[in-house]
Amino acid sequence: MRVTRRKFLRATGAGTALAKTGGMAAILASGQAPAYAQTQQVHWLKWNDFVPASDVLLRKEMLPAAEKELGMKINLETVNGNDLQPRVTAAIQAGAGPDLIMAFNNQTYLYADSVVDMTELAEDLSSKEGGLYKYARSICSNGKMFMGMPWAVIGAMIAYRKSWLDEVGATTFPDTWEAYRDVGKKLKAKGHPLGQTLGHTFGDAPTFTYPYLWSWGGKEVEADGKTVVINSKETIESVKFMAGFWKDAYDEGGLAWDDTNNNRAFLSQTIAATLNGASIYIESLRKPDQYITEKGTQMNKDIQHAPLPKGPAGQFGFHLLQSHMLMKYSKNQAAAKQLLKWIHTTSNYEKWFISQKGFATPCTADWEKHKVWNEDPVMTPYKVAGRLGQAPGFAGPPNAKAAEALSKYIITDMYAKAVQGTPAEEAVKWAEGELKKVFI
Amino acid sequence: MATIAIAVDDRQKRPRPRTRVLEDERWLAFALLLPTAVLLGLFIAYPFVKGVLLSLSADRVGVSGGFVGLANFDKIWNDSIFRTAVWNTFWYTGVTTVFKLFLGLWLALLLNRHFKGKAYIRAAILLPFIIPTVLSTFAWKWMFDPTFSVINWALFKLGLITGRINWLGDPDLAMTSIIIVNIWRGVPFFAISLLAGLQTISPELQEAAAIDGAKPWKRFWYVTWPLLLPVTMVVVLFSVIQTFADFQLVYVMTGGGPANATHLFATYAYQIGIGTGLLSEGAAISLAMFPFLLLIVIVQLLYIRRVETR
Repeated sequence: MRVTRRKFLRATGAGTALAKTGGMAAILASGQAPAYAQTQQVHWLKWNDFVPASDVLLRKEMLPAAEKELGMKINLETVNGNDLQPRVTAAIQAGAGPDLIMAFNNQTYLYADSVVDMTELAEDLSSKEGGLYKYARSICSNGKMFMGMPWAVIGAMIAYRKSWLDEVGATTFPDTWEAYRDVGKKLKAKGHPLGQTLGHTFGDAPTFTYPYLWSWGGKEVEADGKTVVINSKETIESVKFMAGFWKDAYDEGGLAWDDTNNNRAFLSQTIAATLNGASIYIESLRKPDQYITEKGTQMNKDIQHAPLPKGPAGQFGFHLLQSHMLMKYSKNQAAAKQLLKWIHTTSNYEKWFISQKGFATPCTADWEKHKVWNEDPVMTPYKVAGRLGQAPGFAGPPNAKAAEALSKYIITDMYAKAVQGTPAEEAVKWAEGELKKVFI
Repeated sequence: MATIAIAVDDRQKRPRPRTRVLEDERWLAFALLLPTAVLLGLFIAYPFVKGVLLSLSADRVGVSGGFVGLANFDKIWNDSIFRTAVWNTFWYTGVTTVFKLFLGLWLALLLNRHFKGKAYIRAAILLPFIIPTVLSTFAWKWMFDPTFSVINWALFKLGLITGRINWLGDPDLAMTSIIIVNIWRGVPFFAISLLAGLQTISPELQEAAAIDGAKPWKRFWYVTWPLLLPVTMVVVLFSVIQTFADFQLVYVMTGGGPANATHLFATYAYQIGIGTGLLSEGAAISLAMFPFLLLIVIVQLLYIRRVETR
């Protein structure tokens, strides 16, 4: 069919009030563009999930359903977790970018002046779901406002090969660092070292080094959040122990690992144990015939999880906490809040939670009762991750300064330096200098 | 009536005022330079001035911090990681430039000969330079992977090593690794540029020298090299500027690690400014590169001028 200029003008005018009365001619005569009911659009930036099935679920099922129910367009963008912080910086400085951005740990404090208060949504969730964990509250709220809407806790536990630990006489997982070092030494001698990154990673490195430091009695600052006390006898002891531990028991390539290297090393049967979210186990469940042990059995049957061992000062855990920040520059704040409210509705959030198979622990207490935790005993240790976590900056608050120290990888680098041969006292002194620049 | 006709004629002959202005060479030059000046102003001068102002402030991401003078420069001067980054940048630039120059020159001399498939080989050696750096660096990262390194595997199979080489986990080896990748990527640029220079040298000069009994090395040293020197200096200048401010290669390979051992100016500025959100400190680190770079460029440009006017 031939479309004449006149027909085209009529057709493009259809649907608008002006066009209905007078077509394009009337629009031109009015001297202004017609007012359309604009569809709200929310741009949501989050990490590339270590459980890819959850991102697929969001893209294919949940967000299309949300779009339909809420009458908005949702643009979900996923990036590598390490790239989130640079994206936040660029977006805030430009005053434009995603409406919702995922934050890790106490990064929320770094951007407190650039985000919208989420108290109403967070408190509403807390009251409906048995209360927010203290850990989530301390990381997302500075007492005056919720800088982020708590999303989930990625529990960090040691995934280990049960049969290999049995072979060296460890029928139960070692509960102290000394015992773990001893087992690790035997495992390394048999060609299956322990695996750990001491690189600049957002997940596995700090979730290991911080609790390790605390378990020896070391800490960055006193409770006042100002007095740097890292240079203590306890810290030096922990660093000395780490230098020997690394040589004795660890895969020494770990200094250059990112958050995915230990997954690959474990699944390719190079290492016997590593601190991780449950992604190794979940991947082995997803592809049971691909990940086979040297005995020809499915690897997922030989994987167990355990918390980090105890030190002289006790047993600690630092579990990556994810929240969503609603940016002040966003022109779609109401729509973004609607989306968050929708996705945190128990029936919706449950779908996502189930797809995680325990990799992510919700930030509220009621979810501990969910049947997911009873389905697979291997995942049970992750159930209480949100309840047990301790935030960076301890013994002070997890504020912007603590977040800066974490972002600079000072604690991780202190151990990495010692492992590379720097004397323990020197490595701790270096960390003290760096922390003083941050906290004072 | 006649007067009016003449007036109309005059108006037609006389150029319009706008064109008349452009008859003046100064205005014409100004008009021709204006687009370039605007582009340079927008994309070079403005960010530079903005960077200078930022480095003199206490701005953090989303928080305006006010003027603090040179406090950020004082802070980074006392920063051990910054000092490591300064040393690394010089070492990285120096070593890679020397290797790129020698290997590039060698390759250019070989490619300047006549052999079958010359055109294909010339095109093929450009590959490292053509492939996006991030892509090729990822491939190298895999080859240097602490656990699955194909280089280690090959060396092990050849019986040259018994244990693993911790390429990216050992500070010195990590630095060596990024130097190797930079050389691999930069040699084609040197080779092709120097080859272009070689082809401008008349073969008659070589023939004359050969007839006079000059051996190949003497012919190179007394005929080829002096004539190639101006091109070489320009190529080295470009390479030094690029290498000194390198970012993506180190960012992808090591992220500045292990334990900040391989940071360069650019990667450390990025970690502090963009990663941690300390914009003013990041700007100060980034700007600290400028005087060094300026000095290097001035020295090289003076040398080029001397060589050209010799």
